[in-house]
Amino acid sequence: MAKEPAAGAPAEAAAPGRERRPRFETLSGIEVKRCYGPEDVPDAAAAQRLGVPGQWPYTRGIHDTMYRGRLWTMRQFAGFGTAEQTNRRFKYLLREGQTGLSVAFDFPTLLGYDSDHPMSEGEVGKLGVAVDTLADMEILFDGIPLDQVSTSMTINGPAAMIFAMYLAAAEKQGVPFDRLRGTIQNDILKEYIAQNTYIFPPRPSMRIITDIFAFCADHVPQWNTVSISGYHIREAGSTAVQELAFTLANGFEYVRAGIEAGLDVDRFAPRLSFFFNVHNDFFEEIAKLRAARRIWAVEMRERFGAKDPRSWKMRFHCQTAGCTLTAQQPEINIVRVTLQALAAVLGGAQSLHTNSFDEALALPTEKAVRIALRTQQIIAEESGVTSTVDPLGGSYFVEWLTDEMERRARDYFRRIDELGGVIPAIEAGFFQKEIADASYRYQQQVESGEITVVGVNKYVLEDEEQPEILRVPDEVQQRQIQRLRDIRRTRDNRRVSQALRDLKAAARSGENLMPRLLECARAYATLGEMCDTLREVFGEYRDRAIF
Amino acid sequence: METTPVTVNEAPGAHGPIRVLVAKPGMDRHDRGAKVIARAYRDAGMEVIYTGLHQSPAQIARAALEEDVDVVALSILSGAHNTLIPRVCQALRDVGRDDVVVLVGGVIPAEDVPRLLEAGVERVFGPGSSTEEIVAFTRDAVARRRGETV
Repeated sequence: MAKEPAAGAPAEAAAPGRERRPRFETLSGIEVKRCYGPEDVPDAAAAQRLGVPGQWPYTRGIHDTMYRGRLWTMRQFAGFGTAEQTNRRFKYLLREGQTGLSVAFDFPTLLGYDSDHPMSEGEVGKLGVAVDTLADMEILFDGIPLDQVSTSMTINGPAAMIFAMYLAAAEKQGVPFDRLRGTIQNDILKEYIAQNTYIFPPRPSMRIITDIFAFCADHVPQWNTVSISGYHIREAGSTAVQELAFTLANGFEYVRAGIEAGLDVDRFAPRLSFFFNVHNDFFEEIAKLRAARRIWAVEMRERFGAKDPRSWKMRFHCQTAGCTLTAQQPEINIVRVTLQALAAVLGGAQSLHTNSFDEALALPTEKAVRIALRTQQIIAEESGVTSTVDPLGGSYFVEWLTDEMERRARDYFRRIDELGGVIPAIEAGFFQKEIADASYRYQQQVESGEITVVGVNKYVLEDEEQPEILRVPDEVQQRQIQRLRDIRRTRDNRRVSQALRDLKAAARSGENLMPRLLECARAYATLGEMCDTLREVFGEYRDRAIF
Repeated sequence: METTPVTVNEAPGAHGPIRVLVAKPGMDRHDRGAKVIARAYRDAGMEVIYTGLHQSPAQIARAALEEDVDVVALSILSGAHNTLIPRVCQALRDVGRDDVVVLVGGVIPAEDVPRLLEAGVERVFGPGSSTEEIVAFTRDAVARRRGETV
């Protein structure tokens, strides 16, 4: 509760006593004043900071027309059970107006294990689709022409292997590599920081990533080779400021790695993309996205010497914050998602996933995912917010907050540099500890009621009706294992052994791994076989369990 | 994180702080809840060991035995709870640690809860449970358990 003003205080000082709280702050803990004015956004260098849409430093957007020219890609993340089930969900979403595909893989696939590995027991097809071999990839995209749809794949540790299978599936469809459009997430640094689906230690992982940069620059020019992701950093409990700072620091690390691998920055930087979370604090999220674009542009031009404007432009996908969704009164999640999606659009996203209202309970049902997609369609086609570019540009508050987000992100860059860079900071547990601290603070704020979560710590219903949820039956695992065994029995095993031997030799010699992985995929080598081969050379990374 | 080693002669959990193993069974990668509860237990004066991610039931049971804990707090959001949680309970019995209090937190559909309780879980905490509530329940459960066995 607000404190009473001190006796004898001047009249202006009495005003805070009439406010609901002694201090207002963003979710990142940035203090917010009652009102902002021109004094908060000094004119000096304003043109340099803000610019105009479509021009450096792109604070107001990377295109001059933005959504007047083309709406963002509506890309709902989907995947569960077998490749057949997910293929049906993809076709459903495309029929309902989704404009890009986004594949969710199950945990064994994300960790590079086959469906019949002992650790995979109970996990196959549960939270994503199981992909063991090229055969699964062929079924996943059966009847979906890969030259006509852009596909995003959330895959990191085994990104190179899954990408090789996708390329091999495209070959089977007769689609040349230079017609393929899409993204592999392939952001291993954030895996060590937050998302925990790594396989190999950081240094060989970075080598695999630069191999992908080089291969795609030559053969798959329209492919986004990495989606540098703040989403999971945020879901692990970071603040918006930490998400912004850590994601960009990772981005710089990939650029540095590419340059150190001997690549010209303008050859690979235009294919780097980003992925942010959009959480509840509406203006902070918009400011975060605007600041991200500006920092990237400035650093790419001034620190890394990129000359091609495409290297300066930060293109990003957004997803509404899964961690904000409540199992209590699940329908009200539709409202949370709407506000978050609106922030993503006002922040200038190129692509957006809206979460389904039942996701705090289980995988989304068809009805829930349709409502989530309709939410985007209403913002795009009914709300009018797409008629002008960066409609909040010039708002004293938004510009001040954008500057403040940038300032705080730069403080973090300095701290990371002092630790010797991103990989030493990961090895020291710096990011993990910062996120764990923020996450615990947030939990305490929710429990004390300092932060309201409607339906959880305020406006609680005594008797909750449970909505219908989607369950993946355990038989999925048996079906998947059967298919895997059939493939192992019917493929040319001599060709597989040779391909795996060549892969191992390439891993040891430093030769680019992608052509070798592509041959493994064509031969129907399994994901587990490819990953095990590289585990033998590179070793495995273990979680540091910092809390 | 600091933990105090327990000497071999000390009766398990008969006195001294409650020892908790926080564990993530299976391939689940989301450990935000596990880390929050680990810290809440520590702030409540308990001794906490966190296994880290990607633990098999046998690894969890072995850690429970070696660390001589009173409580195994399992966090799971992967949907594999029906397979993995009963296996953890069985693995604890196999190593002779069926006396520990087993708690589960995560996204568990209401209809699956009875099966987990039957397997040996003391209580399932769903989304929105407060750390205060979990800590208080843990304290009571251990006190009851110690009262029964001491």
